[in-house]
Amino acid sequence: MKREFEIIADLLPDNSRVLDVGCGDGTLMKFLSEKKNIDVRGLELNEENVEICISKGLSVIEGNAETELGQFPDKSFDYVVLSQTLQAFYNPVSVLDHLLRIGKASVVSIPNFGYWKVRAHLLYFGRMPRTKSLPYKWYNTPNLHMCTIKDFYELCDSKNINMKKIVGINNNRISFINNNNIKLKNLLSEVGIFLIS
Amino acid sequence: MNYRTENIKRLIVDKPLRLDCGQTISDFPLAYETYGELNKNRSNAILVFHALTGDQFISGINPITKREGWWDTAVGPRRAIDTDKYFVICANVLGGCMGTYGPKDLNQKTNEPYGLNFPVITIKDMVSAQESLLDFFKIEKLLCVLGGSMGGMQLLQFCASFPDRTFSAVPIACSSSHSAQNIALNELARQAIMADPEWKKGGYGKTKNLPKNGLAVARMAGHISYLSESGLQEKFGRKLQEKANYEFSFDADFQVESYLRHQGYSFVERFDANSYLYITRAMDYFDLSKQYKNGLTEAFRGQKTKFLVISFSSDWLYPTKHSKDIVIALNASGANVAFSEIKTDKGHDSFLVNEPKFLITIKNFIDSSFEAYKK
Repeated sequence: MKREFEIIADLLPDNSRVLDVGCGDGTLMKFLSEKKNIDVRGLELNEENVEICISKGLSVIEGNAETELGQFPDKSFDYVVLSQTLQAFYNPVSVLDHLLRIGKASVVSIPNFGYWKVRAHLLYFGRMPRTKSLPYKWYNTPNLHMCTIKDFYELCDSKNINMKKIVGINNNRISFINNNNIKLKNLLSEVGIFLIS
Repeated sequence: MNYRTENIKRLIVDKPLRLDCGQTISDFPLAYETYGELNKNRSNAILVFHALTGDQFISGINPITKREGWWDTAVGPRRAIDTDKYFVICANVLGGCMGTYGPKDLNQKTNEPYGLNFPVITIKDMVSAQESLLDFFKIEKLLCVLGGSMGGMQLLQFCASFPDRTFSAVPIACSSSHSAQNIALNELARQAIMADPEWKKGGYGKTKNLPKNGLAVARMAGHISYLSESGLQEKFGRKLQEKANYEFSFDADFQVESYLRHQGYSFVERFDANSYLYITRAMDYFDLSKQYKNGLTEAFRGQKTKFLVISFSSDWLYPTKHSKDIVIALNASGANVAFSEIKTDKGHDSFLVNEPKFLITIKNFIDSSFEAYKK
């Protein structure tokens, strides 16, 4: 399991109720349910992934988070997880609002466009950056709204969203991000994970 | 339609059943069939609910019609619903014509078939009658219930009425409430039967002549609604039936016409016209949300059952929207639900044909449910 999922799993308490939005093949869900006794549900767009999840015994709903989060009642989960998908929505703010409505808290991770390799790629090559966490070309990327850790921090701040914990990942090493070190961490982190409510 | 009844297993339901229409019935026969063996813990039992024209013979050769069971593609040894591993039960619905109490049974008072004197039944009545089977087999909790189309409606009713009697549930291509279009198509079928002069207000049982033409037309209309436009086009297109040119007549020039006629007229050999009326009526009356003050969400409140809702992309009779409404209600009530829309051009009938993606999905779900249930 990738490092990011380990960190997300650490942020979620045992025996809680979690919705994994864009749960993919259910790797994180399976881990949460087996290792932390978490009652976990998923929402996933890709039908092959849904089939894989069902074969693992996971309760996953085939559907589009952009349009179908409305079906989940207010505060029906303790946590809602969204891993590296926010930037792919037409309306990320509306999705974010839904996450915070459905969950008592939410864990959102973003691929950081402010990471130094991304910045260097654009600076030196003059072309759209391609990195491990951003492997697409400009014409086939699903990422419509790229942002940096700082951008997302400011969005949360402007919406009065409480940022309980922010974790940056760089080469599998983790560091905690706060208002004082964000300038540097925004440069050094490949992925940012936000625990918000 | 006469058949030897020694091939039909019957449970006489002695517990009085108060029907939705107000009448009470008791000591009535419920015909059923089972496949596989019940294990020692009684933890491997699966109840299948059949659709409008189905019966209890789901797998292998139907001993009455001598044709393949209606769900032989899915149920049998080493099939998706593996009868080497699971004990599968299916009962003929109340109002049906394969051995369960229905309009062609003799009314003891008049010594004639009930016909339209048979009480109007509902999906809830069907399900209440079938619950007796669980007591009969001493199964406290089923591993899984499955049902497509009207079978799915019975399943939803079963889960709402008896929330503790199954561990998991797979409603397939169904609806929690019959739509105007669904009712309209059923009415078309009923009007076709009633317009047949041999129907005689349901009293054809006294004569040898049956309302075959009406029932065949009803079946043809139904059959069109079970297929998709692209499925029909691909299978038949404008192909002609064993001829090179149009005959400029009203015989079956097109293959699709010939196919429909065959479907219609082979159906009348095995099905009772009054049963068709009664069962379609039960479907039309089905609206699970109406039974609860706060609608469908309340119907599912407190459910511990694990659901897998399945729809088919080309089904226009019970489109994906109907299944999503069920998923939304289950979610709103906090139930444990998975949902998959199978992409196929085989229409509503996809669950009855060999559709590998569908079969593998239900197999994986049942097998993983069994593992979880055993724990």
